[in-house]
Amino acid sequence: MFRNQYDTDVTTWSPAGRLFQVEYAMEAVKQGSAAIGLRSKTHVVLACVNKANSELSSHQKKIFKVDDHIGVAIAGLTADGRVLSRYMRSECINHSFTYESPLPVGRLVVQLADKAQVCTQRSWKRPFGVGLLVGGLDESGAHLYYNCPSGNYFEYQAFAIGSRSQAAKTYLERRFENFVDSSWDDLIKDALIATRETLQGEKLRSSICTVAVMGVGEPFHILDQETVQQLIDKFELVVEDEGPAAEPDAAAAEEGAEEGDAAEQGGDAGQGAAPDEGVAPMEI
Amino acid sequence: MTKQQANWSPYDNNGGSCVAVAGADYCVVAADTRMSTGYSILTRDYSKICKLADKCVMASSGFQADVKALQKLLAARHLIYQQQHNKQMSCPAMGQLLSNTLYYKRFFPYYSFNVLGGLDSEGKGCVFTYDAVGSYERVGYSSQGSGSTLIMPFLDNQLKSPSPLLLPALDAVTPLSESEAVDLVKTVFASATERDIYTGDKLEIVVINAEGIRREYIELRKD
Repeated sequence: MFRNQYDTDVTTWSPAGRLFQVEYAMEAVKQGSAAIGLRSKTHVVLACVNKANSELSSHQKKIFKVDDHIGVAIAGLTADGRVLSRYMRSECINHSFTYESPLPVGRLVVQLADKAQVCTQRSWKRPFGVGLLVGGLDESGAHLYYNCPSGNYFEYQAFAIGSRSQAAKTYLERRFENFVDSSWDDLIKDALIATRETLQGEKLRSSICTVAVMGVGEPFHILDQETVQQLIDKFELVVEDEGPAAEPDAAAAEEGAEEGDAAEQGGDAGQGAAPDEGVAPMEI
Repeated sequence: MTKQQANWSPYDNNGGSCVAVAGADYCVVAADTRMSTGYSILTRDYSKICKLADKCVMASSGFQADVKALQKLLAARHLIYQQQHNKQMSCPAMGQLLSNTLYYKRFFPYYSFNVLGGLDSEGKGCVFTYDAVGSYERVGYSSQGSGSTLIMPFLDNQLKSPSPLLLPALDAVTPLSESEAVDLVKTVFASATERDIYTGDKLEIVVINAEGIRREYIELRKD
């Protein structure tokens, strides 16, 4: 992005009708480590890559429980994300207290979007530098929303934000039509594969990613490391043919086979008859 | 001209009695399930007991609308605590929170007479007893409500140390076993039901121990 004379203030329009400060805020989201969300009819899965500043430090928390039926994954300025999560939690508690019922996700994202918009129209504020993937359940089923610093929000079947998210989005674009009826396992598997896409060759391990699930009859919870590692091992067992960005996976799959369970392999081959045959075979 | 008096009161007394007994590794919290107003019964099946945290249970008698409002407030505050500290509130912590919450309304109090029971951070039984404005104390046993004047002397007779002057001071925890404490509570309510018109119908007993929380219901006299 180039410096120009219309980008100092968020309250200054450019002659082309753009607010550069808002756009720069959206750049901050692209710099953060990846976060991915997908939904079926009854479940929402959020996954993110844990990036630590150095080997000495722990990684930042990027997935937050907002309520039993709502969770959020963030990318960008995690401090802004923490503050917004606290706001969301507070709104959920207040709604539950007054109405004795869970806050519908759609209402929450509008409130969040309005809060973000305020920061784009005050000279003494700056836009939030964080993108939020809000997943939640309400009476009409499972929902996934993306809230951006501009104050806009969109509903998605699946989405990815943060650095190298385009690789994940490409994978999700190929597969999203199947997500509506996905099972719990398949949805998480797709989330993990999408996460792996953003790693650009690095081996996917449970220590570098976090996965959270919520669904009908299943309150939001973050999966523990062993469960995630087992799920990773399960789908990396099947030796995959070369697919786009899948070269290192053949080596990873062989390593996975050693630690994996032989019985699982039979089960996986059974569900190998994927509906979209024309797609890269790596999704078995 | 005499001073105008209010002919409407914001409060009502729904009656009922609550008891809590702390043991070495358990706590028993019990309350009857009768809700009254004046000399009438509103319902025979109303719970005065509320689980505030994993190891913390509150029983409250008095004005049940205020009790319900108090329970909701504490539940919301507990949720906030869990989100901030990543753990459940301990019983003593909840005890302090309840006291502060009650005193906050010192000049328009919650008409709620509470007794808090649970396990402390060491796993020992603890009971906290309150007045309407938050004055509280950790004790080995307590009762509140319409039957407390009948129940408390009996508990003192059974559970209190022989003399308060005894040194070293005895632990504020009863030497009874869990089943003995539950039997004592049943006996105590049976007696209170005989003479207190606001106590009766059913007895709800909640026992908290290391395994978790369990609930029991006993029939009481319905007259």
